[in-house]
Order: sequence, then C-alpha cells, then structure tokens
Amino acid sequence: MKFGVVIFPGSNCDHDMIYVLKNIMGQEVVKLWHKDRDLQNCDFIVLPGGFSFGDYLRSGAIARFSPIMEEVIAFANKGGYLMGICNGFQILCEAGLVEGALLHNNNQKFICKNIYMKAQTNNTLVTSLIDKSKALKIPIAHGEGRFYASEDVIKKLNDEDRVLFRYCNKEGDVIDIANPNGSIENIAGICNKRRNVFGMMPHPERASDEVLSNTDGKIIFESILNLVNA
Amino acid sequence: MKEIKVTPEVVKKLGILPEEFEKIKGILGREPNFTELSIYSVMWSEHCSYKNSIYWLKTLPREGKHLLVGAGEENAGLVDIGDGIACCFKIESHNHPCALEPYQGAATGVGGINRDIFTMGARPIAQLNSLRFGDINLDKTKWLLKGVVKGIGDYGNAFGVPVVGGEVFFDDCYNTNPLVNAMSVGIVKKGNTCSATSEGVGNPVFIVGSSTGKDGIHGATFASEDITEKSSEKIPAVQVGDPFQEKLLLEASLEVIKTGALVGMQDMGAAGITCSTSEMSAKGKHGMKIYLDRVPLRQQDMEPFEILLSESQERMLVVVHKGREKEVIDVFEKWDLNCVEIGEVTADGMLEYYMNGELVAHVPAETLVLGGGAPVYQRETKEPAYIKEISKYNIDNIPEPQNYIDIAKYLITNLNISSKRWVIEQYDTMVGTKNMSTNIPSDAGVVNVKGTNKALVLSTDCNSRYVYADPQKGTEIAVAEAARNIVCSGGEPSAITNCLNFGNPYNPEVFWQFTGAIKGMGNACRKFDTPVTGGNVSFYNQSSNNNVVEPVYPTPVIGMLGILEDKNLQMSLDFKNEGDIIYLIGKSENDISMSEYLYNYLKVKYSPAPHFDLEFEYAVQDIIKKIIRKKLIKSAHDVSEGGLFITLFESAICRGFGFKITTDKSIRKDAFLFGESQSRVVVSVSPDNKKEFEEILNKSKIPFGQIGEITKGNMFIDDIDFGTSSYQNIFYQNALAEIMN
Repeated sequence: MKFGVVIFPGSNCDHDMIYVLKNIMGQEVVKLWHKDRDLQNCDFIVLPGGFSFGDYLRSGAIARFSPIMEEVIAFANKGGYLMGICNGFQILCEAGLVEGALLHNNNQKFICKNIYMKAQTNNTLVTSLIDKSKALKIPIAHGEGRFYASEDVIKKLNDEDRVLFRYCNKEGDVIDIANPNGSIENIAGICNKRRNVFGMMPHPERASDEVLSNTDGKIIFESILNLVNA
Repeated sequence: MKEIKVTPEVVKKLGILPEEFEKIKGILGREPNFTELSIYSVMWSEHCSYKNSIYWLKTLPREGKHLLVGAGEENAGLVDIGDGIACCFKIESHNHPCALEPYQGAATGVGGINRDIFTMGARPIAQLNSLRFGDINLDKTKWLLKGVVKGIGDYGNAFGVPVVGGEVFFDDCYNTNPLVNAMSVGIVKKGNTCSATSEGVGNPVFIVGSSTGKDGIHGATFASEDITEKSSEKIPAVQVGDPFQEKLLLEASLEVIKTGALVGMQDMGAAGITCSTSEMSAKGKHGMKIYLDRVPLRQQDMEPFEILLSESQERMLVVVHKGREKEVIDVFEKWDLNCVEIGEVTADGMLEYYMNGELVAHVPAETLVLGGGAPVYQRETKEPAYIKEISKYNIDNIPEPQNYIDIAKYLITNLNISSKRWVIEQYDTMVGTKNMSTNIPSDAGVVNVKGTNKALVLSTDCNSRYVYADPQKGTEIAVAEAARNIVCSGGEPSAITNCLNFGNPYNPEVFWQFTGAIKGMGNACRKFDTPVTGGNVSFYNQSSNNNVVEPVYPTPVIGMLGILEDKNLQMSLDFKNEGDIIYLIGKSENDISMSEYLYNYLKVKYSPAPHFDLEFEYAVQDIIKKIIRKKLIKSAHDVSEGGLFITLFESAICRGFGFKITTDKSIRKDAFLFGESQSRVVVSVSPDNKKEFEEILNKSKIPFGQIGEITKGNMFIDDIDFGTSSYQNIFYQNALAEIMN
C-alpha cells in the first residue's frame, strides 16, 4: 500500500509514523508537506501527532486550513482512508471529519504514559484483526485528549458501532479509574459514519517496534494492511 | 537617540569592577560609550566569561581519542560513537530565571540547550532534567515545582524530544534558589556538523528565526548576581520561549547545513547578538560589520544596546558563503522564518555595530571572549566552619533503632526516594520512538540509535549533601554513580558534561567547595576515562532564610554519556522470576553517613560523605560489565539514596515480587539496610547460573554475598515482615502526587 504522512511544521510524530510504516511494516510512504496540494495517489493518509502550528490557540484549529488539508478533506469525502493520531485526531475533529471535540485533560496536565485500551468493533479497517477481549498496552501523550460530544452524538456513535477503542485497565475492564483523561465513556478513538476516517488519541506507532519491548500497537497497522492482503 | 552617560554608578550597575573598567579603557584606548560598556558587561559576566572558574576548569581531563571537538571549542561536546555517527551533548543551568519565573525560566532553559545541540547540526533525540527544590511544604516550593515541570513539559513536548532521565531532589538549602539543569543529547552523521565560526572577508551575516524584542536584556549579567528579595524587580531579564518557533528553527537549521552554503552558525543564548557575533568572529579570527537597524524587531523604539543584548529566544546567527545566499533564504522561507542579512565579515577582528548609519560600538572581538581578553581570576579559598561540625560526627553516638518497619515506610514515601511519576508523566518520554527504558526499567536512560546495533545510555547524578560534606569525595561519587548507573544498564561510560551549581565565588568558603569539587571530578573522570566535553558554571546560587544568607549545597551535576554496543545486552533493574538468587556485589560498611535515613529521618545534618573508594568502585563496575556480557544476571540495580532496602524494594515492585533477605550481622542493621556507602550493586541470578556466577566473582576478588532470594510473598528481612511490595508501591507511587494535587 502507499501511505502518505502529512507534515505540518509542528508535527513531531511524523518521523515515528514513517519509520513504522516503512521500516517495520515494509510499506511505501511519502511525506505530504502542508503547503502542497498533491496527495501523490496515496491509498491511505495519516495525520501524525505533534503540535501542528504550535497549537497555542486550540489544538488543530489552524492546521485544518492548510492547503494540503483541503485536498485531504476532499479525499476523505470521496471515501479515501484517513487516520488521525493524537494531534491528527484533534485536526479531524476541527475539520468536522469526525464528530466531537478533544478538551483539556481533566487534571489540566499533559499526560504521557502507557495506558490500556480495548477494541470495540471489528467492523472497521483499522480494527479488523484485533481481538476485542484483549487489553492493548499503548502510550498516550497529550494535554488535550478528553473526548467530548453531546449525548446525541455519543448515542449515535454507540448505535452505529463507531467507537473504535475505549480505555480500560490491564485486565480489560472499561472502568472509570482506567480513564486517563476524563473522556466520555472512556472513548479513545472513533470513526466517521462512512467508516473511512479514523481518529484516536493513543499512539500505536509508539508500540510497534520490538526494540522498545512493546508491540501491542502493531495489530492496528496489520489490520490496515489486511485491506490488500484479504 | 540619546545615549546614557557612563558614570561610576553606571559602571557599578552593569556589574563591572573598577579594575575591569580600567582594563576596558586600556583595550579601547579611550572611555567606552554606554553601548560598548554594556557589551563588556555581558561578555565579561561570569555567565559568559567563566572568569572565576576557567582557571580550575582547565585542570579537568578534556582529552580522549573519541572526542571530535575539545571542551569549550564549540557549543557542545561531540563524541564519536562509531558506525559513522557522532553524539553531541551538553547540560546547562537556568537557575536564576526559574527562581523568578519558573515556567518561562524552565521553558527557555530547554530551548537554549537544544539550540546548542542543533546549531552543531545534530538532531536532539533525548533530554534529561536535573532539578532541585526546597521544602515541599512551602507554598513557594510547590509553585516553583509546578511551574518548572510545566515549563519543561510544554516546551519539550511541543519541540518533540523525549525526556529519558534526570533527577528531582528536595532540600531546604534550595528554598529560595531552585536548581534547574537541562541536558540535551543529539546525534549527527560524522562530517555533517556545523561550526560556530566566521571567516572569509565579505561573506554575508544573517540573523534567522524569531524577531528581537526587549526580553532578557542583561540576562547574563543577572545570572551572575546573588538572588535577593529584590531580584523579582528584574523579571524583564527573563526570556519568553516559543517551542513552535524552535521546532521550525530546528528543521530549517538541519536542512540549511546540508546545503553546504554555511561558513558557520551559532545560536543566540546569553547576550544575544553580542555574544554570537563576538564568539564566531573571535573563533574565525575575523571581524564583522553589523547593521542593527536591519534586525527584525518585535517592538519599536529599541536602543542599540537593547538590540545587542536582547536574549529573545529561537534565533541564530548564520555566516554564508557569498553567492550562495539564495539557497539559505529558500530554506528559511520554506519554514516561514525570518532570514535577514544584517552585516558582513571583515578582516580586522573588529566588531563594528551600526544603527541608522551611525557607528554605535567599535570593539575588538578577541577582547570580549573567554580564552581571549576576558578576565581570568583565581579566587581565595577557605575551609568552611561547618567542616568542624562534621568532624565531630560519630556513628556510635546514634542509637540503633528498633522500628525498622516505620523507617522503611518513611523512606518509601520520602520525596528524594519515592517515585517521580507526578513529574515524569507531564513530559513526553516516548516521542521519537527511541526510548528503550519505557518498558524496561533501568538505572540509566537507554536510547536507541536507529539503524545501528547501538544505544546511548544516559544519566545525570549528584548528591549535593555528599558534596557539601566533602566536596572532593562527594564529586567523585557523583561521577562514579553516573558511571555505575550506565554500567548497570549495560553501557560503557564514554564522556561527561557538567553543570556546576555553586554559591557566590567571592565567598572563600564557596570557592573552597568549588575547587574541591573540581579536583574530585578530575580524579574520577580520569579513572573512568570519561573526559569532560563542556558544560556550564552557575555561581551565585543562594537561599535567604530568616535574613541569613546561605549558599545552596555545592551541586556539581554530572551528565554522563555511555554507549551500549549491543542492544541485546541492555540490562534492567526489575526482579524477573521467583526463586532467583539475590546477591549484593560490593562491601557493606558500618556507615549511615549523609544517608536519607540519617539526614531526614534522624535529622542529623552534619556527617561525612558516605564510604567511598575510587579504585574499588572501578573494580566493582568492571565485574558488573563482565557478568552482563556473559549474560549471567537477570537484573542489576545500584545501591544509592535510601540504601539497600530501597534498592531491593525498587527491584521488587516492578512485577510485584517479594524477597527473603538475611542481614549481615557484622555491622549495624540500620547501616546494612539504610546506609548509603558506595560501590554496591544488587543483582539477581537464576539458580542455573549460580556456579558460573560465583566462580567469576571469586576470581575477581570483589567481595559479594548471597543475601536472599526472590519470592512471590511478602518482603522479609531476617524475620521481620515488611508487607507486600505491591501494597507499599501504592505509597511509593503516590507520595509526591498527594502533596501536589
């Protein structure tokens, strides 16, 4: 598959994402500079983590107006696969490609640590191969990761099976104490109605390299590649 | 434009001594004007000139076959790590700004140290922070800790470099004056580095990055004064950081170096344009004409001296090969950064600063810089009065305790020992996907060098109480502990950077501490073959308690780089399996000197540094390296603050194990469990390897002993039950959070 990783000036997880896709998953990857408009015929676009434009205002609020984002939005609206991780998820929310918003963590601090999360559905590309009973150990690193949406939207996300991941404890129980940032219903990731746009706060690319002694995140990339393997 | 008149009061206010003023007049052959005087004021400040320390710093070992640049030659040290890669690293203090404005002070500290790394062409891949605060029960300390941690986090997290290690230490001596030392480590392909030099008459000089404002004017001078009640009036001397600009500057700088169009580049830290123009010119033995009115400004009506001295962050001075300007401008345009030609290189070694056509300052570059005309002083020393108090100490006057469980519980929640999770989780420790310590706990931070079989192993260390008690031995211990942490993680010590935090150098007692520390550092660095690649001296750190001015404990922080040659030999500190044998390598001493137990629990403040012998330490580390290479041990954790009990506890909690230990009856039980005598390491060994392990140890003549085994039950010492490690771990993990939240 051909992946495109969008690089905003303040992206800082772009190299990590490219490393995993290219060196670990063995895929073709191109960098998509924020000032450009050419998506170079990619099959799958990733908005990586970081602080796109400094994010002093509201994370992702400026990035969505980049020239590349106009093309990315059009690509997604035509059904193209698009995934936003951390800051990428924030940008997806700001661009209205997925519902909801990511507010300041409820402790008002940046939090970086390993958390556990559980896939909620196998009915999306990125979760297709994941064992839903297994708690995956994946790092988070964000100051604004508290997923928030109106009751109606939450109901719709649940009814339409669009919650990708929920925070849980090591044993896989989705409970309050395992919620690192105060997200509604422990939601860690969602997809859009058409099931081609995916947003998640945890960083699977930080849990895919054996040398780091945790590869729980690799199954997400394997799921994506299943598209062509299937 | 009306310039301030130079009077004796002005000279004094700028921190220039009368004899220094005479020297300036001698150099110029006339009276300096205010702008020129300001230039000398910052360049001859302690912060920029090292005038009171350089004589002693030069006695440190600064040679090594793997060093690619000498100490002080460039912005940071550069070490050949093999595979065509060099590691660039340095530690720096930002104590004074943090004392007044902890958030911005810490943020710009992180920014400054990272610029030192990428101005040389290296991409920063790891950071460490060595922090010291006063009594946590004071509201002010809480405010400082919160602000410093948030400042480091907000800046470093956005900039995108993981924090892989460091220290947080509390002692009343830091009540007014916290210590905030930031270390950055980068890697670069050998040959792709950039030098902070300037040459080639007619080559254009550019300023790139942020605009220049009035922030941080006279910051370097301010950093070279005592912190007093009146220091808060100097808040404009604290700079303001913008990590997003820094990120752009990083990417643009690394990209522009690759064009080959640069003669040299230097970041603007202390003393801004003044320092970068003079240091680059002096290094390249050329001069410069600089047109200050061309500098992009953040605010209007800035005087020439303000433009010259501004410490606005995220700026660089770049000297470009004439004719290749466009390549450079294009890169900075891509990253939306200023890139403005402000002058040119000249032949005569003079710095000429112009404002709207008028020459406002005209000084020889060489006379401003360290190693050139900057003054060098040897200060007086005197043994401090408290040393007599320390010599009165005798362990036999301390009754042996009965309540071992209470002491253990106290130490587990003692903030110098307990988990620093509340701090660390506010830092991005994983960005870059290189931190090999996230899931494998070890004494030092281990950082993957992608594309090689190597990893960097990094540690910062200093127990300032040991240094206070005995500057020479205490500093030897600081170096030894850094090396021990690296060795226990599987690495080989390679080189150090240092951050020397002391009181006022004009106080002979402080200078006695300083010279002792330097002697100790030199001894230990020579023994471990870890040359000093550079660093920073921060004098004038003191606390004022009840109107009594006390210097902080002498705190020479050691930042050490080690190399793990084979990633498969990474060593961790956690106990792995029930039934594995626990050994103590090294010798237990009847010693509780300067331990957390003695100092904080028993509140005995005067005692000597703990037992330490440099030769023995080296031998212990050597045997640890050997048994790691032979894959005979499953864990290694050194004995440090809190003593053997805490070492065992920390190894047990990671996976919720217990242990059964027998104490050494030949010494006091409190010394065995809580003493901090040095050169000891706890290792765990599978019963299958017992024979081979013991054979090697016996041959080495290093004392060692089987002290117990790993269990799934409670922590038993002799027959005392210290509870389960997982239950006690809750208190260990939450001690700091409970105070801060």
